Amino acid sequence: MKFTLSWLKSHLETDASVDEIAETLTDLGLEVEGVTNPGDTLRPFRIGYVEAAEKHPDADRLKVCRVRTAAGVKQIVCGAPNAREGITVVVAEPGTYVPGIGTTIRVGKIRGVESHGMMASEREMELSDEHDGIIELPSGEVGESFADWLAANEPGKVDPVIEIAVTPNRPDALGVRGVARDLAARGLGQLKPRDAAPVEGTFPSPVGVTIDEGARGACPVFYGRLIRGVRNGPSPEWLQRQLKAIGLRPISFLVDVTNWFTFDRNRPLHVFDAAKVKGDLRVHLAEGGERLVALDEKEYEAIPGAVLISDDDGVESLGGIMGGEATGVTDGTTDVFLEAAYFDPVRTALTGRALRIHSDARYRFERGIDPEWTPEGIEHATRMILDHAGGEASEVVVAGTIPETARSYAFDPCRLRTLVGMDVPEAEQRAALEALGFRVEGGQAHVPPWRPDVQGDADIVEEVARIASLAKLEGVPMPRPAGVPEPVLTPAQRRERAARRQAAALGYAEAVTYSFVAGQDAEAFGGGGEAVRLDNPISSEMSHLRPSLLPGLLRAAARNQSRGRMDLALFECGYVFDGGEPGEQRLTLAGLLVGRTGPKDVHGEGRARDLFDAKADLEAVLAAAGAPPRAQTFRDLPGWWHPGRSARLGLGPKATIGTYGELHPKVLEAFGVKGPAVAFEAMLDAIPLPKGKGPSRGALEMSNLQPVERDFAFLVDDKVAAQDVANAAQGADRSLIESVRVFDEFRGLEGGKKSLALAVRMQPKEKTLTEDEIGRVSDAIVAKVGRATGGVLRG
Amino acid sequence: MDDLRGRWLGEIAEAGDEAAIEDVRVRALGKKGEVALRMRELGRMTPEERQVAGPALNALKSELNAALAARAAALRDAALEARLAEEWLDVTLPARRRPEGSIHPVSQVTEEVTAIFADMGFGVAEGPQVEDDWHNFDALNIPWHHSSREEMDTFYLAAPEGRRPHVLRTHTSPVQIRSMLENGAPLRKICPGRVYRADYDQTHTPMFHQVEGIAVDRDITMANLKWCLEEFCGAFFEIEPKGLLRFRASHFPFTEPSAEVDIRCSWEGGALKLGQGDDWLEILGSGMMHPKVLEAGGIDPAQWQGFAFGMGIDRIAMLKYGIPDLRAFFEADLRWLRHYGFSPLAVPSLHAGT
Repeated sequence: MKFTLSWLKSHLETDASVDEIAETLTDLGLEVEGVTNPGDTLRPFRIGYVEAAEKHPDADRLKVCRVRTAAGVKQIVCGAPNAREGITVVVAEPGTYVPGIGTTIRVGKIRGVESHGMMASEREMELSDEHDGIIELPSGEVGESFADWLAANEPGKVDPVIEIAVTPNRPDALGVRGVARDLAARGLGQLKPRDAAPVEGTFPSPVGVTIDEGARGACPVFYGRLIRGVRNGPSPEWLQRQLKAIGLRPISFLVDVTNWFTFDRNRPLHVFDAAKVKGDLRVHLAEGGERLVALDEKEYEAIPGAVLISDDDGVESLGGIMGGEATGVTDGTTDVFLEAAYFDPVRTALTGRALRIHSDARYRFERGIDPEWTPEGIEHATRMILDHAGGEASEVVVAGTIPETARSYAFDPCRLRTLVGMDVPEAEQRAALEALGFRVEGGQAHVPPWRPDVQGDADIVEEVARIASLAKLEGVPMPRPAGVPEPVLTPAQRRERAARRQAAALGYAEAVTYSFVAGQDAEAFGGGGEAVRLDNPISSEMSHLRPSLLPGLLRAAARNQSRGRMDLALFECGYVFDGGEPGEQRLTLAGLLVGRTGPKDVHGEGRARDLFDAKADLEAVLAAAGAPPRAQTFRDLPGWWHPGRSARLGLGPKATIGTYGELHPKVLEAFGVKGPAVAFEAMLDAIPLPKGKGPSRGALEMSNLQPVERDFAFLVDDKVAAQDVANAAQGADRSLIESVRVFDEFRGLEGGKKSLALAVRMQPKEKTLTEDEIGRVSDAIVAKVGRATGGVLRG
Repeated sequence: MDDLRGRWLGEIAEAGDEAAIEDVRVRALGKKGEVALRMRELGRMTPEERQVAGPALNALKSELNAALAARAAALRDAALEARLAEEWLDVTLPARRRPEGSIHPVSQVTEEVTAIFADMGFGVAEGPQVEDDWHNFDALNIPWHHSSREEMDTFYLAAPEGRRPHVLRTHTSPVQIRSMLENGAPLRKICPGRVYRADYDQTHTPMFHQVEGIAVDRDITMANLKWCLEEFCGAFFEIEPKGLLRFRASHFPFTEPSAEVDIRCSWEGGALKLGQGDDWLEILGSGMMHPKVLEAGGIDPAQWQGFAFGMGIDRIAMLKYGIPDLRAFFEADLRWLRHYGFSPLAVPSLHAGT
């Protein structure tokens, strides 16, 4: 919402400066987005007086002038035809930036004669296109600021434009008068009365109006009247200037009047060319499919329930949104039918949204105008038309009744203290409400009809607080729990943090990538269904909720690789989506390792990352998240993993807590990642939370007896899992065998066999082991491994 | 005797290796060594002579033994020194690589915010990112036809027939409703998390992070809200909280009264400094919870009242750490993650500083 200072002052008697007004508006909740002051660029220009002007010795068209300026008498060379002795002029002294020519004035020689400044034209100061000569002022003292002179003599030329952001609850502030009312309530001036005497109609309106029974909710009231014999044409200069200042294009006087009331009073109006209206006007709801070419010259098709205004020829206007072209006013219009109606906010919003029409009228009706000002609005507009365009007004035709807005809420002066925490005397609170148009009576505040947003006691408190200024609110400490605050994080939240910091400690950089990915990226990881599709994605790259963190990480890896970072370790911790219902989300942590462990180095330690790197990191992250140490390994992973080099860890066949392995080469190719790449995912939500056992760790048992370590080498079939062999060995004597570690694998032996070497550590608890006892355990290991995996001890 | 001592000490000093030392020892102190032979002669001496020669010989024996040991040690030291000299390495070669990871500023700042509010008794609540339209709008006093629904640039999910489409939550406020329904009053919670709006330009990304805070009690006021936010901003930005914030009237459907909150700042010399100067920078929105919102949360507004606020986590991260571009938060450029990221060991806490 834009308006000029002088426009505001036509409603508000005030001496406040534009800065003061802007600050106050922002404090009142009408946030100032900008103030454009044309006077600002004129600030350095000062008034001067030409004492003498002589012809330039070397140029016929130039004159050498002696000009009295703020800095004394100066010699200025000037080419303007009207430069002559005895005129009052506007001087740009050396150092002044002249906006119209984009130059800073310097002392210079013009055809050999020194010139100490410039005398300016209107165009050079961007005041108008006038450039026939330099400005001659009818008054003004030498040295006086030209901007000040303009403000005093031609204020329209330096009228500051104020732009405010109006929140959706304040339709009244979409009119300059509403803005002025807020300022007056704050005490920044007096609201000026601006009444218009009603215009007595001299003949019955030849155009009648009816509202269909079914449309009374959508358009409860319609005031209209015909004015005949008007002279349309360009608006008077003040009106054109006000409209231009706020960015509107003057069209013709009659149209400009409707636009002006839209901004002056938040009172949209419409004018029909009465000569083009056939018969009476009828307000009704659309059945759907009715067509209309609107004033923006576009054709629209009404949705069912839209408010239409029709005559005998058909639909002529989209009520509350935009008039029709066929009955639009032109320069040749002599008889005009003026409409002031009230349209329901919800209906207006729905129609406007469906037809995608953004008009100033729609914007206001859908937020809510003052319905009670409808009869006054039509009188004000009639008066303005008669004053400038002449003509004769008919009687007013009225259809429907003004909708009831009267309501009141408790006004309890104590609430300001108990809800906001401010102290303002009751009389002041009451005065603020009354200045805003509330009627305070018997403990009730009656809401003015222009404030549809006020819907309860809290709103009354807000109005008082707003006018008193929230800037004055002083903080008051909240009661706090006595003593040391208790921890607030849930076990799940603590676990997420631990997992995240563990991943970073393992060398991964944490990324945060978008929760939506391209459809094909989602599909590549088993997602991308209709349930997770966005209806209005911002681009096709962000069309589906992610089924996994890996597509986002892979895209990030490809971007980094394209910048020359070939080896990388990235992780993300966030939600992935199994479906499109609230709650169908899982917290996971995924890590991606691409390339080598590091660049070539002097220690020769760099190597390609493999799945065991991912497995180690997964195990560390799971441990940090409190997962039980022993999980089963399953090799049945979906197709985006390498079929032979990937697995999942589960606490049962279905309770997957992690996946790890190499990604499928085709997936890497699709994502543009130069592989190989290994990854892991930890399903943090799937890890059971620890049962409340308290902080105690339990007793530590440590034996002083020497442990014994024995190595075994088994020959097994190539596809036998090392874990099965180790588990079998461990099972040979659970009390004595402390650990079994696979320390060597040799594949490709005769008959499809491989050799696995195990280090078994036995820890006696009561007495040192004898060779016999060690032998017995060894035999049990060999037997157990043989039974479980078919492995035989290698000779 | 002096001659004997001088000779053997000389030989020991000249012994060049372990074998030479052993050879000297055998010849001097061995069973048939010169000193041993001299000892044997003691028996043939007069008692008077023996009284002089005996101790002298014993002393000589000790001295030679010590000299032999010292010589052997000196030789070992010399050998070690020679070996160490051989073992010279270029210590300026690069060290072994240790992997170095980092924590994203969004995670770090979320933990910082949590630490500060936890001290004031706020717990952490979370909620779904796909929301139904009731939790995201209606319950927050934004009816279905309200113009602010349009202004929020909501992302909608493709809707099955017969119901309103679910949305990607446009704010963390639906978590308010869920926490109230779950916990009732009194209540103090913050709700951090991802939110979504269909907007992408210099200063907007379609996904960003918010933290919502609510406090519900019998007599919580807006003045408490201001104190709470001042304390938070003071602790978070590590500046003096008094006079740091300015409230100004505004409007949010879910609060009444509503206030935009500005933080004091200076732009002197083109650099933003918070907590000084006379300029103000909008930092968050807040207000007293609307009675209808309390009702939607199952709390009787005649008995309870509360405040709510919401701010951008990414935004306060940018302000605190001088991060210029929001879009870069989500691009996962390793150079950016390294530069703006945090050590995994830098866990924010109140006692160590956030």
